[in-house]
Amino acid sequence: MGNMFRSKRFWLIAPAVVYIAFFMALPLMQMAYVSVLERGDYGGVNWGAFSVDAYVNFLFERDLMDNLVLNTDYIQIFVRSFGLSAMTMVFALLLGFPTAFYISMQSQGRRNFLIFLVTIPFWTNILVRNYAWMLLLRNGGLIDGVLNWAGIETGGLDILYTPYAVSIGLTYTYLPFMVLPIYASLEKLDHRLVEAAFDLGADKRRAMKRVILPLAAPGIAAGCILVFIPCLGAYVTPELLGGGKFMMIANLIGSQFGAARNWPFGAGLGFVLLALVLISMLAYSLKFKSLPEEKI
Amino acid sequence: MSEVVISAQSVSKTFGAGADKVTALDDVSVDIFQNEFFTMLGPSGCGKTTLLRLIGGFEQASAGQILLEGQALNDLPPFKRPINTVFQSYALFPHLTVRQNITFGLEMKSISRADANARADEMLELVQLAQYGDRSPSQLSGGQQQRIALARALAPAPKVLLLDEPLSALDLKLRKEMQIELKRLQTETGITFVFVTHDQEEALAMSDRIAVMQSGKILQVGAPREIYEQPTHRFVADFIGDSNFLRGDLVDGPNGGHAISFGEGQVINLAQDVKSDKLKDVNVSIRPERLSITDAKATNGNQLTGTVTFVTYFGTDTTYRVDLDGQGPVTVRMQNGDGANAQFGKGDRVGVVMPAEAIRVLVD
Repeated sequence: MGNMFRSKRFWLIAPAVVYIAFFMALPLMQMAYVSVLERGDYGGVNWGAFSVDAYVNFLFERDLMDNLVLNTDYIQIFVRSFGLSAMTMVFALLLGFPTAFYISMQSQGRRNFLIFLVTIPFWTNILVRNYAWMLLLRNGGLIDGVLNWAGIETGGLDILYTPYAVSIGLTYTYLPFMVLPIYASLEKLDHRLVEAAFDLGADKRRAMKRVILPLAAPGIAAGCILVFIPCLGAYVTPELLGGGKFMMIANLIGSQFGAARNWPFGAGLGFVLLALVLISMLAYSLKFKSLPEEKI
Repeated sequence: MSEVVISAQSVSKTFGAGADKVTALDDVSVDIFQNEFFTMLGPSGCGKTTLLRLIGGFEQASAGQILLEGQALNDLPPFKRPINTVFQSYALFPHLTVRQNITFGLEMKSISRADANARADEMLELVQLAQYGDRSPSQLSGGQQQRIALARALAPAPKVLLLDEPLSALDLKLRKEMQIELKRLQTETGITFVFVTHDQEEALAMSDRIAVMQSGKILQVGAPREIYEQPTHRFVADFIGDSNFLRGDLVDGPNGGHAISFGEGQVINLAQDVKSDKLKDVNVSIRPERLSITDAKATNGNQLTGTVTFVTYFGTDTTYRVDLDGQGPVTVRMQNGDGANAQFGKGDRVGVVMPAEAIRVLVD
């Protein structure tokens, strides 16, 4: 142990360890503790009174006879969130891969400029960007107006405050998280491998399928995770573009800590979400463990 | 060695435009024959790789055309050409096994999996790596990767195999081995090899014919012996092996031949049939091992006189540095036989004998 404290490496990582312990591990433990307490009558919790109600309530409710019966309301919210996140992930992939591919084909200077453009939305507050989308999507908004002006009678677009609006907003928000890792994997892809594929008789389509896509797979997977997981926790976009009609996990958790004054349930929901995310991460790492290491 | 496989006709290639314009190939014409080991030799930037990439279809010629068996290749993309390439960096697919790398080109030709695998085994046998099929390329050494790259490129039985400095990343011993290996593969498969290198030794050892290139032009094409013994350009004589360069005036020699006058009655007869408009101050070259030293008073003809300034003993041979009167230094390399030439030392006045057939008049 004495050795460990004297080593340079320890002191270099110490600030990070302390930071993570203090600002992540401790609050997480506190929330875990809260999730197994009894709810307080007027919000908060009764410290010292333990209960597993939070986790029971996720799946069951009590009927008039005080029997537990299955309640799928919360599962539905989870399924809906996962579905919407998956849809967003697919949209982001369909838009992000060609974008990243195009950028990786440009000259060095142009590449840096285009990547810079991709990151510009980060400079603006997410709330402002979501309000901007409301202006774009609403009936009589910019998109509706342009379509009508172009002679396509929409009769009102009716897209704002629907799951589609939420997905559009989320896709927009998280697209850079898809583009950047895919770009990173495509950028370091040895162009001579593509030439080798052409040389061996592969046309563009088959070079893409047999060489580029497999080699970009880790980047694609990383992009999918970076879009999918934050989407699960999206709060502002469902609230604004979904018009509050469309509850996702984060909104549910938020409401438990707020209006519903059920802290243990909110904390419990958080841990159910965390467990599901960790399971999908595990599945990812198992899937990509078998991929060859960095090529020489 | 009769039928032309690849024919480059007045091919030029420029990169960039305006002030940044670079001419990589300048009006190059050359024919490459069936079943030939053809080498393009030159320093970096001479255009050899550009010509190779034009044949492979990775670049488009700015002017002129390249024919494959009489058919213009100009617009054909690489994947439609019956030509395969061994890349300098090997470019093996890291996500595929060795066998999958080799069958890649066969699958693209819609050959059945069974046939492709059989062919892959045949190729692995050919490059003597039969038991390595299921490994990943990253598990192989540089020399082994090189062989797999060869097997992969040979598997679809191309009409022409292009090799872009494939041995440059190997160490000397392995390089020597692979030179023999490449020559063996070329003879066994009967495929035309077009090989690019900047290593003159490599070129001499393997090639049927060599094209020596400089600044986007082909200076001389010929068999290794021809290139070495009868260089046409000063650059060729200098780039391949060691050469002595002298300057003199072209004059009429005996029996209707030519001779070179070095002034003050020092005339050397030539065997070469010189067709040069330039008579004054022409460049001639002669290899150090073709020169010999004799007594200054000997009068065998075809000799110049000078003073020995340096003697280096190398075991099998001895190198003399001789300062020729009015001409400057030349290097003479003589084999050490019975010690007959050990009599010359530093400061001695000697005659340097130049056999008529060993002297070449150069196009600057």
